[in-house]
Amino acid sequence: MFLFGDMVVFGVFFVTFMVERAKAPDVFDVARRTLHIGVGVTNTLVLLTSSLLVVAALGAIRSGMRPVATNALYAAFGCGLLFVGLKVFEYAALASAGHGPGANHFYLYYFILTGLHLLHVCIGLAVLGLLVTQARGAQLSDTRLALVEGGACFWHLVDLLWIFLFALLYLVS
Amino acid sequence: MKSLQLVANRAGISWLLLVAATIISWAVGAEHGTGATVVLVVLAIAACKVRLVGLDFMELRHAPLPLRAAFEFYCLAIWAVLAGLYLWL
Repeated sequence: MFLFGDMVVFGVFFVTFMVERAKAPDVFDVARRTLHIGVGVTNTLVLLTSSLLVVAALGAIRSGMRPVATNALYAAFGCGLLFVGLKVFEYAALASAGHGPGANHFYLYYFILTGLHLLHVCIGLAVLGLLVTQARGAQLSDTRLALVEGGACFWHLVDLLWIFLFALLYLVS
Repeated sequence: MKSLQLVANRAGISWLLLVAATIISWAVGAEHGTGATVVLVVLAIAACKVRLVGLDFMELRHAPLPLRAAFEFYCLAIWAVLAGLYLWL
């Protein structure tokens, strides 16, 4: 329910963005083209790969392949850190080019939406850390396994939200 | 080999599709054209990608019907609303 709630809240943000965009489509399109599309695509692929690694880790945990699960989770964590690093690079590049949140409404929404998403990524990284401790620990009870599955789903939610954000911010002209 | 089996499954195929869809939406949407069709396609690709993430990564494909139906509705509704706003605002 929590994950669905988060998806609905972001859905409202997406709608708000489209409404604002309709008020100044030319401004939004010019601003959109100043984003680093290569970074956006790379970050999308990084998150997709991290999600697959988490799927593999969950499968490994269920199969009793704990070392494989731990390594997959470490790799997913690394992908998450790479996403954060690329995002920070993009923020810095935009700010140094005079495209900070105050430049116009596109950048304001860009920083708010991606900032909220980045917060989710950071929480997701903490969740992945928790999953590593579970993968390295003793045999999981059904309750613990359900917790691990919930944590994995949260990371997939981070991926899922970014897919819409990437399309809206980088691609919709 | 046993490790490979963890991704040589439906989730692995979905990952390949998701990567391909990302590249396609980039090619379609980034620089080319500003027409409504392009935008509708880009948003549709995004909704399909989200659906794949839900069904094969979040394991909703085998979830109880109400849960899966709610998720499928979410994907469709987001696409329809965003496309509608783009077209009519």
